[in-house]
Amino acid sequence: MSTEILMPALSPTMTEGNLSKWLIKKGDTVKAGDLIAEIETDKATMEVEAVDEGVVLDLLFKEGEANIPVNKAIAIIGDPNEKVEVKKEAPLEKVIEEKKIEKNIETKIENKKADIIDTPSPKIEEDRNLSSEEITMRQALRDTMAEEMRKDNKVFILGEEVAEYQGAYKVTQGLLQEFGKERVLDTPISEHGFTGLAVGAAFKGLRPILEFMTFNFSMQAIDQIINSAAKTLYMSGGQINCPIVFRGPNGAAAQVAAQHSQDFSSWYSQVPGLKVIAPSTPYNAKGLLRSAISDPNPVIFLENEILYGLKGPVNNDINFSIPIGKANIEKEGKDLTIVTYSIMLQKSKEAAIRLKEEYNLDSEIIDLQTLRPLDTETILNSVKKTNRLITVEESWPFGSVGSEIANIVQRDAFDYLDSPVIKVNSADVPMPYALSLEKLYLPQVDDIINAAKKVSYIK
Amino acid sequence: MKKLQKADYIKMYSFMLKIRRFEERAAQLYGMGKIGGFCHLYIGQEAVVVGILMTIDKNDSVVTTYRDHGHMIARGLDPKRIMAELTGREDGYSAGKGGSMHMFSKENNFYGGHGIVGAQVPIGTGIAFTHKYNGEKNICRTYIGDGAMNNGQVFEAFNLAALWKLPVLYIIENNKYGMGTSVDRAAAGLDLYKRGEAFGIPGEKVDGMNVFSVIEAADKAGKYVREGNGPYIIEVQTYRYRGHSMSDPAKYRTKEELDNYKQTDPIEIVKAEILKKKIATNDEIEKINKDTLEEIKNAAEFATNSPFPKDSELYTDVYL
Repeated sequence: MSTEILMPALSPTMTEGNLSKWLIKKGDTVKAGDLIAEIETDKATMEVEAVDEGVVLDLLFKEGEANIPVNKAIAIIGDPNEKVEVKKEAPLEKVIEEKKIEKNIETKIENKKADIIDTPSPKIEEDRNLSSEEITMRQALRDTMAEEMRKDNKVFILGEEVAEYQGAYKVTQGLLQEFGKERVLDTPISEHGFTGLAVGAAFKGLRPILEFMTFNFSMQAIDQIINSAAKTLYMSGGQINCPIVFRGPNGAAAQVAAQHSQDFSSWYSQVPGLKVIAPSTPYNAKGLLRSAISDPNPVIFLENEILYGLKGPVNNDINFSIPIGKANIEKEGKDLTIVTYSIMLQKSKEAAIRLKEEYNLDSEIIDLQTLRPLDTETILNSVKKTNRLITVEESWPFGSVGSEIANIVQRDAFDYLDSPVIKVNSADVPMPYALSLEKLYLPQVDDIINAAKKVSYIK
Repeated sequence: MKKLQKADYIKMYSFMLKIRRFEERAAQLYGMGKIGGFCHLYIGQEAVVVGILMTIDKNDSVVTTYRDHGHMIARGLDPKRIMAELTGREDGYSAGKGGSMHMFSKENNFYGGHGIVGAQVPIGTGIAFTHKYNGEKNICRTYIGDGAMNNGQVFEAFNLAALWKLPVLYIIENNKYGMGTSVDRAAAGLDLYKRGEAFGIPGEKVDGMNVFSVIEAADKAGKYVREGNGPYIIEVQTYRYRGHSMSDPAKYRTKEELDNYKQTDPIEIVKAEILKKKIATNDEIEKINKDTLEEIKNAAEFATNSPFPKDSELYTDVYL
């Protein structure tokens, strides 16, 4: 009886991997615990051990083959004594052939892969410098940091695992090699301490980029972010500014539960003195990160772990930037306005397609890009046109970014509204672990559709 | 040890006296309702900051706690503008937006004035990081109260400073009480200067009532740090005559304890030395006293006549 060795999921967000190297060959006998292959994940290159024992009957992928979905068979092992028996019933070649056919069937990994629609918005397509090649969000972020570090010696990066490990999510890959350990610094796991240190360095004129491995850990350092970084310009009567970027993944990852999956966008957006940015595509990640690094104020730059692998075209001009405080009308429409940001842009776009197909509703989608300062003008102009508004975000409902937008819209566009504003948020509970509950917790396309129907009085 | 010139003695005396008179006047203005909020006085601790002052380079940086008036005066900043910040006026160092606890002077490398206990320690470590990053020979002096020595971020900063050999001199001003809690009720292990030992940071305990002891220790420690050996800790044993802040009646300590410390008043020690060494006569000392009193009186006058910030200032300086 033969056993398949499947492409393993080596990180919570991994949906596919590259086969860097086989450590076994056909005919080898493997025991449980033997190293069999090196797999490159979305985060790192890792060695994979055998769990079952037997003789390697076949390797289904060649070294160097890329984008092999998780759970696809990559090798077959079996008992050499039983090999003959297998042959009796069906030639071994045929067994293997069947396995090869199976490997072409998409293995669906529910909820691990973001439902991503990565067609660029019309505005982006008008960009004459748009690259023909598509790159990932993590590469866009990496390239922008490298470009800014080349321009200005005062820009440096620090954080946990940013240097030798090449970034916990590979966002800082190669920076240590190019800029050296004076400018790419691995810190101990002491967020409070190294955040205060970076803030002090910014007061003194450097331009730190501080990576939180995830924004969950920024809670350890929040005093330095709010009481020191955000307020000192004001408290010093304009003397001491703090040009720093706090960046890292924010929001839900995949099944990492309550302490590692939460959205802090409204927390930080509440604080005067901070600017808060939440990119949604490689294109705007590039333009916005450049603006963040050049900004003389502290900027909270909220990335999303699930979006790191999102591919899209970018503008490769090393001076291309997107201004802070400007929303992007991702899709024009006339029947209702969907205001969203970060990963929820993707779900909103999917909802918009279905709303058109199933209910003939033409949605206008606004991607905020910057949460503070908020582009109220773009929101209000849209609501004045569509007369209906829903907000879609991943954060908890109480006091969310959508809450503030609802407030602004009822105050400044009350007469234009044909229905109450409806917010789509996560469930008002800590993030659960179970896959089924996690899905229930997060806003889904159906939730957006239901909200859109409600503001449009469609039953 | 640094060789002191005659002028140095006069400088020390003048600065310590200026701080004392300033704080007394601040207390008075507080009582009159001219200064609001929290106001933490430095009376009794003058020898610490003035002793350190004698060993500094103008391009060195300083960062301290909210008990910062004396630190600003020692940095050579204008008592008028310090007092105007205390009264919340537009001529204050923070244009009336910071108050007693949050004062800064970037041009004088004075980086606050921080209101959160312990927060200045990683910040000072980061300023030292910048000196090193820029290849400067300067150091950052980071003052810490005894209360902050039980604060986690202090140890995180110690670890980073030692790990990266940063030019930071930590000065623990142990005035025996973190607000109303005495050190022995707050700290397990009273030798605060030893708290860098695990990180390999040398530490030393110094009599902070005696400015000459402070100078000797600061000179040695400053050289060590400036030569690129990494951080150093000085624990200065001092005492505040007043309560934690203006609203503190200091019932947690005895009058005898206070009187006992007043016997070794830091200003009297310098004065006695000046007279003993015949650096100045009694009359000359008297003149300094009078001039200082006058200067501080003028500062108070200035600070109570300076205009309040304009209403439009509410919305400035939030972003650059």
